[in-house]
Amino acid sequence: MSAVLETKPTQFLQILDIDGNVKNSDWMPKLSDQELRNLMHKMVFTRIWDGRAVKLTRQGRLGFYAPVAGQEASMLGSEAATNKEDFLLPSYRDIPQSVWHGLPLYQAFLYSRGHQHGGQIPEGVNVLMPQIIIGAQIVQTTGVAMAFKLRHEKRVAFTYIGDGGTSQGDFYEGINFAGAYQVPAVFIVQNNQFAISVPVRLQTAAQTLASKAVAAGIPSMQVDGMDVLAVYAATKQSVDRAREGAGPSLIETITFRYGPHTMSGDDPTRYRTKDMEQEWQLKDPLVRFRKFLEAKGLWSDRDEESTIEEAKTAVSEALAKADSYPKMTVAGLIDQMFEKLPDDLIVQRAEYASEEGR
Amino acid sequence: MAVMTMIQAITQALDLELARDEKVLLFGEDVGQSGGVFRATDGLQKKYGDQRVFDTPLAESGIAGLATGLGLQGFRPIAEIQFFGFVFEAMDEIAGQAARMRYRSGGRYTCPVVYRAPFGGGVKTPELHADSLEGILMQTPGLKVVIPSNPYDAKGLLISAIRDNDPVFFLEHMKLYRSFKQEVPEEAYTIPLGKANVVREGKDVTIVTYGAMVNTAVQAAETWAKTRGITAEVIDLRTISPIDIETIASSVKKTHRAVVLQEAQRTSGVAAEIVAQINEQAMFYLEAPILRITAPDTVFPYAQIEDEWLPTQTRVIEGLEKVLSM
Repeated sequence: MSAVLETKPTQFLQILDIDGNVKNSDWMPKLSDQELRNLMHKMVFTRIWDGRAVKLTRQGRLGFYAPVAGQEASMLGSEAATNKEDFLLPSYRDIPQSVWHGLPLYQAFLYSRGHQHGGQIPEGVNVLMPQIIIGAQIVQTTGVAMAFKLRHEKRVAFTYIGDGGTSQGDFYEGINFAGAYQVPAVFIVQNNQFAISVPVRLQTAAQTLASKAVAAGIPSMQVDGMDVLAVYAATKQSVDRAREGAGPSLIETITFRYGPHTMSGDDPTRYRTKDMEQEWQLKDPLVRFRKFLEAKGLWSDRDEESTIEEAKTAVSEALAKADSYPKMTVAGLIDQMFEKLPDDLIVQRAEYASEEGR
Repeated sequence: MAVMTMIQAITQALDLELARDEKVLLFGEDVGQSGGVFRATDGLQKKYGDQRVFDTPLAESGIAGLATGLGLQGFRPIAEIQFFGFVFEAMDEIAGQAARMRYRSGGRYTCPVVYRAPFGGGVKTPELHADSLEGILMQTPGLKVVIPSNPYDAKGLLISAIRDNDPVFFLEHMKLYRSFKQEVPEEAYTIPLGKANVVREGKDVTIVTYGAMVNTAVQAAETWAKTRGITAEVIDLRTISPIDIETIASSVKKTHRAVVLQEAQRTSGVAAEIVAQINEQAMFYLEAPILRITAPDTVFPYAQIEDEWLPTQTRVIEGLEKVLSM
């Protein structure tokens, strides 16, 4: 008798093909015309803001910035399937989800510039500051979700990680804990093909990243991350089942970032070809969804233009607000170390406060 | 008043705080059903249920990350790291995450977590159980580090740590768990974090120490007083971050001589920091250089040579003689 070793691939969900035709009506989410338009509005708005942010970074007017173009469906289709009471644990690229979940845009700009106020999430906005350490958000998500479960709140903790992030120990620990405790958590793996420069095939022998959930005993699914309806439908299913007490799940979105890893010197021509980039641009999430909406008479050139204008205005206003926000002081930073400052920090604070004249 | 060991005092502190505040949660490897490898959490799951006192999967970063997430949401998690040597696995969640939460969010989020871990030499554990890694924690802004030396302090300090609104690492020396008993009040009481304790008064030299070395210091001081008629003042730090330099400096100003005694290796860490701070605060009162009595800068030793590696009473007395002769 011989045992058979298997690696089980998971299903791939696509609703719209690249021409915006419905390929899988069974999964078509029940969204009103206005909700469909809102999805498009968010994606166009974000594409414009991202383009502006890239330019502003080149001009030195923003600091740390990780471009998002290409990933709009993956990011916004998933966030749109959550409630405002659900808690988002973003990584550093997941600024659009944070903003659409309630973080004011000017604070996102202050975060980029390295200002503490960028992390002072307003009361009532259920978002954590962007995570820098790859995977730390995964173990924390399980803790936040456990809090909801212990308090019998019908809320969900949701988080994002990239393809490279699924190689981290924290990724496995976090999803395994979530499964063990059956907490209401949704893990979204945005597989944008490269961890900075390293391709997925060098990260793992797993056939899909979604299949990594099998070992944690939590259900998972792979979706077309360039198809906003597929991302929305998959996330809605995961969020709904978590909210109803059926436990955590994982979604892998297959997507692509058009730009560099960050604006801090990454050069994508060193690790991917023009052909590859063009191939992915044919799958563009905005093009595809626009065709779908236009065929239904739900989106017009005027809608597109007014959204672009709205985004440009919002970015300018947010930037002006960020520009006028008071500078930080070292004494002010020391004040945020503890609820009550220990004596040694009081002494250190005084040294800076006198220099800073406060 | 009840007489109890340090482990009993710790269990009682956990019990009282679980009873007082339903936001207190207690978890880690083997802490639930089994009551912990040292029985520190014995009976607590039965009393408070498996929603509040529970076993975790075997993964330290997962444990610490769970604590971060729960702390963010207003709970007061007490996370046990089964042995302090396993803390490397969880360092990002402690130093990189929880200790920075208040700062990173400009005060919007806090992380009132207590991490508990047994540590300390002299009990012949396998590698990476007994290491004195407190210097690493001490260099973490945003984290308080507490190391009790006796049952009474352990209870009062642990209750303070649990009620603190910032993350606290609470280190429990394994050799102290059951080595002696002390009178400990049954009710809850607090000992403020960041305050040292003068455990023995003296006028000729100050010994600054913490943890299990407090007993070594007191014994050496007693022997020395009998044989030489010279008195040493012993200061138990109780909290190594923040350090109570005021108590240390006022003692040094009185005795004019100081040694710092620690179980940890010599370089960097608590002793080096104390020497620096005494220099800043009381340099001109000193009549001799401050001496560090520590373990050597090797990896924590194999069990068979542990007792020679750790600072002994003899080495403490030699150190005191050296400082006095200068």
